[in-house]
Amino acid sequence: MSEPLAAPPPDWAEAGRPRRNPVATLVARVAALSLAEWQKLRRDRWEQVIRAIQPLLWLGIFGAALSRLPGIPTGGLSYVDFILPGVLTQSVLFIAILYGVHMIWDRDAGLLAKLMVTPTPRSALVIGKAFAAAVRGLTNAVVVLLIGQVLGVSVQWHPLRLLAAVGVVVLGSTTFCCLSILIAGLVRTRERMMGLSQLIMVPLFFASNALYPIAMLPAWLQVASRFNPLTYQVDALRGLLIGAPADYALDVAVMVGVTVVMVSAAAALLPRLAR
Amino acid sequence: MTGGFALTCRQLRVTFGSAVAVDGVDLTVREGEIFGLLGPNGAGKTTTLRAITSLLPVPPGHIQVFGHDVARAPMAVRRAIGYVPQLLSAEGSLTARQNVALFARLYDVPRRRRRAAVTAALAAVGLTEVADRPAATFSGGMVRRLELAQALVSAPRLLVLDEPTIGLDPVARAGMWDRITAIRRETGMTVLMTTHYLAEAQQWCDRVALMSGGQIRVVGRPEELVATHGVADLDEVFRAHAGDRAADGQDEPGSIRDVRAARRTASRLG
Repeated sequence: MSEPLAAPPPDWAEAGRPRRNPVATLVARVAALSLAEWQKLRRDRWEQVIRAIQPLLWLGIFGAALSRLPGIPTGGLSYVDFILPGVLTQSVLFIAILYGVHMIWDRDAGLLAKLMVTPTPRSALVIGKAFAAAVRGLTNAVVVLLIGQVLGVSVQWHPLRLLAAVGVVVLGSTTFCCLSILIAGLVRTRERMMGLSQLIMVPLFFASNALYPIAMLPAWLQVASRFNPLTYQVDALRGLLIGAPADYALDVAVMVGVTVVMVSAAAALLPRLAR
Repeated sequence: MTGGFALTCRQLRVTFGSAVAVDGVDLTVREGEIFGLLGPNGAGKTTTLRAITSLLPVPPGHIQVFGHDVARAPMAVRRAIGYVPQLLSAEGSLTARQNVALFARLYDVPRRRRRAAVTAALAAVGLTEVADRPAATFSGGMVRRLELAQALVSAPRLLVLDEPTIGLDPVARAGMWDRITAIRRETGMTVLMTTHYLAEAQQWCDRVALMSGGQIRVVGRPEELVATHGVADLDEVFRAHAGDRAADGQDEPGSIRDVRAARRTASRLG
């Protein structure tokens, strides 16, 4: 042993620690956990490649097939243009919704307990995971846009529009990642969680404006899709990326509100998962 | 304020539904000692540790760590504790150094001291040579030592180890004990650990408590317990107190899940 270990100062737990306000602590913890998630992501590039295939199939097969179907009122857009933001949002959703399973995996591995014994706010643990979901979501978003370019989608490449789209993807990832963690906190086992993830993905994706305009849906489904946070993400992205008319004020208000609620709820249920 | 006690438990009781996992445990751990909580699987050892480390909700007034009530001041308790759970829980895709650095950050080790603290913690457990290899390439014994480094990097006052030598081969187990005792000698930190290897506890612990059926049956220095009972070793002391309960393998809630999880972790870590 060449270098000595630090002995615990006698006043360590009382006063010897750097004191920071709760917000600074939260930011520092989120940064530490996000860095670790980033280091983990960098080790598995194949996974990113495989994930990029699904949006290719949606746009290439589903988009190509349905664009032959007359009568989908896309507001003058080609159908592939119309569904590109929807497919982008969907791929972000599919990634984020698996994070509850990730959290259960961490719990089963003993990692969650170990993190929860550190002086870290529960919300930081949740946001750290959301960061990983957002990074994955953003890589996929780039892939979707490139595929769109190949398929001739007229994407608006203005830097500010893209920056705003990044914001939408981050909020969307956080919302669904936290929704997933919150459900994991309720059901607590991996098997139930896997089943439920698939179960909730269907209504989230299809009871929305991702693949068709809401006006086309039966009345009850129109109401349901108004309560679906995905609808507001797609609306904002369709406006930003394709230039379709969008109600940005409403979209942002809903997305920010839902994100705050989801982070808080997931953080509150996390101890139940670790128990 | 703490009266020389690192930990005091008073009438700790933990139930899961109708099952009583911990049934009125009174326990004091003195500053600077290595204290072993012994007992068979399902005795309530792990549950007791989970309550002490703030993972289980416990009403105020039952557990104090260096004078801080776990229920009232969980953050202060967490700052004082370094915890190594029973399962191999290092992040396999991160290097040893990244694994330890994460915990240095989570405990607010100041940036200017962080690199040195991480290096020192890795050196203390003998992982300097392999510090930049992913933990997935490590043997079980190396992962255990890495986890010890993760727990040590914040210079905790109380090191909590849940079955630190379980699943390790005899050489790795002896290595683990050498590290733990050397670290205690160097830093003076208090160590609280569970184990069901009574021979190890007899050799290495200053004091032990024998637990069974959620209760503490007897507490003392290993050699005193052996002497006062007029028997050969702790095994026989335990049999005198726990009787057949030691063998009936009452499962702790979640224990099957934990075993499965341990196997999954083993395969994940390679």
